[in-house]
Amino acid sequence: MSATPRDFAQLFDTTSPWLTGSGPHSEMVLSTRIRLARNLSEVPFTHRAREEQLYGVLASVSAAAQNSHSFHDGLLLRMNECTPIERQVLVERHLVSHELGDGARPRGILVAPDQRLSLMINEEDHLRLQSLTPGFQLAEAWSLSDRADDELNQSLEFAFSEEIGYLTSCPTNAGTGLRASVLIHLPALVLLEEIQRVLKSIMQVGLNVRGLYGEHSEVMGNLFQISNQTTLGRSERDSIDSLERVTRQIIETEERARERMLRDARVQIEDKVWRAYGTLRYCRSIHAREVINLCSAVRLGVAMELPGLCPLRTLNELLVLTQPAHLQRIHGAELSPADRNIVRAQLVRERLAAADHETGTNP
Amino acid sequence: MLCQICGKNPATVHFTEIHDNKMSEIHVCERCAEEKGMAASASQHKFEIADLLAGMVDAMTRTDEERVGHVQCPRCGLQYSSFKETGRLGCSECYTAFQFQLRPLLRRIHGDTRHRGKTPAHGSAGAERSRQIQRLHDDLQRAVEREEFEKAAQVRDEIRKLEAELQAERAATPSVERPS
Repeated sequence: MSATPRDFAQLFDTTSPWLTGSGPHSEMVLSTRIRLARNLSEVPFTHRAREEQLYGVLASVSAAAQNSHSFHDGLLLRMNECTPIERQVLVERHLVSHELGDGARPRGILVAPDQRLSLMINEEDHLRLQSLTPGFQLAEAWSLSDRADDELNQSLEFAFSEEIGYLTSCPTNAGTGLRASVLIHLPALVLLEEIQRVLKSIMQVGLNVRGLYGEHSEVMGNLFQISNQTTLGRSERDSIDSLERVTRQIIETEERARERMLRDARVQIEDKVWRAYGTLRYCRSIHAREVINLCSAVRLGVAMELPGLCPLRTLNELLVLTQPAHLQRIHGAELSPADRNIVRAQLVRERLAAADHETGTNP
Repeated sequence: MLCQICGKNPATVHFTEIHDNKMSEIHVCERCAEEKGMAASASQHKFEIADLLAGMVDAMTRTDEERVGHVQCPRCGLQYSSFKETGRLGCSECYTAFQFQLRPLLRRIHGDTRHRGKTPAHGSAGAERSRQIQRLHDDLQRAVEREEFEKAAQVRDEIRKLEAELQAERAATPSVERPS
């Protein structure tokens, strides 16, 4: 594991753990996330609190966290000290939400040394504790969050009632304050047009489906975020168990769809994979959305164990590095959308060439 | 096909969105897609949940509200009508102040109004033990439903053991309610 990032620049230079392409079922499940919403009982919720109260929350929560085992030696970034591009980088890395990333109010993010745990302060709720792990590992993600929550609770008094549980600014999160989600890649179900049926059945069992960037984001690259919908009336373990069960079923359904697809149209699929790889490898101007969609085809090829493609880690990294803020940060200047497409194409080519070099393949 | 936003340029970008559990396709031109950007697509929808929730609250609690009248949280001063607009409560006390209005809303959102998850870690050992027993009861019920009788028997024994410990603890702790 790399050393603790000391500032934004060091954080930027390290790969987030959820992008490493490791963990169980990582060829299909990119990441597993557990989020817990908590509020301090003595302070009005963020949107009703006065500026100085929010400064107080930021100070007391970050102090409590830095004294905890989980966040000890973590990196605190204050949103009002970050540039707009830096804030957007954090959003693109799934470390902060759009809400936290767009304000000048006293808000911050604390990132634990191993970067799997992070804590948003003064988002919609005073605390949004998040664990983000690579692959499909709900139990591990839950235990990280659960432990950190208990540690924070040693020195912070959370708003809680015996009847309703943890009290949150929006009643949709009241109770456990838990949102457990997996980011899963389902190209075969989309290609065979079976995805609607699958999504419908997911929703029928009380789970929710979203795109890559959470609430209301579009579905790109056949990537779906599946999460629990309700937080009241079920224990955390129940919610997580049901997400775990459903995800396993989806993995099986997708695997069966891939088998059928390859049985009936192997050449066409391989052709699609290699054309996607070829476009990425040699493009001169490319839109972020196209990168995500082409990476989806290549990811399928990697899962099919076609020799000569890049590792999963490279595909995951490209997903984030080709987003507008990452690109501009790497480039060191603001870029127009058209220039971004050119710089993006160059970055994609370089990354894939480097991956070729590493694995010694020569397609 | 023309862009669904500007209606002028040909739609070259097609994406799928999921809203209220429905998938819909959107067709826009490159320029509008770029202008909206990914960050913008999220922020422009920001108030939709509140709108949805506000609509829901309205439909559900109109009669309750008429009964209760004009309600305000005594601690943070939030008006109930304001919650209806934003979908955000003002402080933890709002849950008590608006409990009659919130209960049907919570039931509608979650299908339940009672918390069954974890509780703050610094509670008393006894309280934690009763919650543990509650969790085991849930496990027991699940095991019986799945006809895992061997597991059910184990869980039942565990519950008995914990209940015995809890009783022993209560007996050992002097309490004002308990005549000694």
